[in-house]
Amino acid sequence: MKFLKFLLVGIFFGIVLVKSEAVSWYRIYEMFKFQSFHMYGIIGSAVSLGILFIWLFKKFKVRSTEGQEIDLVPKDKGVVRYILGGTIFGLGWALAGACPGPMYILVGTGIFSMLIVIAAALLGTFAYGLLQKKLPH
Amino acid sequence: MDILLQPWPWYVSGPLIALVMLLLVYFGKTFGMSSNLQTLCSIGGAGKYSDYFKLDWKAHRWNLTVVLGAVLGGYIATQFLSDGSAIALNAETISELNDLGFNTVGETLLPPEIYSWESVLSLKGISVLVIAGFLVGFGTRYAGGCTSGHAITGLSNLQLPSLIAVIGFFIGGLIMTFLILPLIFG
Repeated sequence: MKFLKFLLVGIFFGIVLVKSEAVSWYRIYEMFKFQSFHMYGIIGSAVSLGILFIWLFKKFKVRSTEGQEIDLVPKDKGVVRYILGGTIFGLGWALAGACPGPMYILVGTGIFSMLIVIAAALLGTFAYGLLQKKLPH
Repeated sequence: MDILLQPWPWYVSGPLIALVMLLLVYFGKTFGMSSNLQTLCSIGGAGKYSDYFKLDWKAHRWNLTVVLGAVLGGYIATQFLSDGSAIALNAETISELNDLGFNTVGETLLPPEIYSWESVLSLKGISVLVIAGFLVGFGTRYAGGCTSGHAITGLSNLQLPSLIAVIGFFIGGLIMTFLILPLIFG
């Protein structure tokens, strides 16, 4: 039962991303061509509300259902890993037209060739794990 | 009901994505879809090859449950909540993509020129999917997050590393869209 709420959030997430068309390759292309406000509106409004509510959570010391005060663990400091990793990710995102969330969701919409992309993403993750200590971070 | 079946505008979708992130934070977790790639490798035994995969995957079952839900959500949205309307893309986008050889632009979520089995089962087709997936998997783990972890959660928490990562996402995305896609499909 403790997983039910996560299943429901996942279902909701999947529905929202399909209905928003954020899972569409075409929308990603259009975004990177700056030919529509659609994706920027989605990300911009999500982040604006996110900033507001995370700030409110912290200000009023809201506790999570686990009982702890809400505080997001900050990412490690650094520049190289974020700019290089981010650029590699961006190349793949614009080619596949899908980032990790949409990859799973699109399988649910019946596009099973996406499983090849997911398998390749697992391979990429595995390769990163092998090279992690040799890469600049 | 019609409004539910039509595509949802950005000012509805964006806040609902924020809600997803905030619910996961409220449940004491975080919104990060690409962590699951690391967890899945770990379950597959990758810990034998790198310490990066030596983690207690059972502690990440909640996130795999979100993924399972997301797959179901994708099914529900297409089966029961869609009216089949085409994506309202910019006319310029459509004409550019027509020039690149994409013919049914916006009629489906993904271009059949990349994702139909007919396209996939060619050397070029399979290479595109494998290279794209590999770059996403490698890049997101190198950067320590993807669109959900960095662009939505990290920016909401005003984290500089996430802003740098998102700038990286755009450098890569713009290079691919403006320079490489025309070479692959033009």
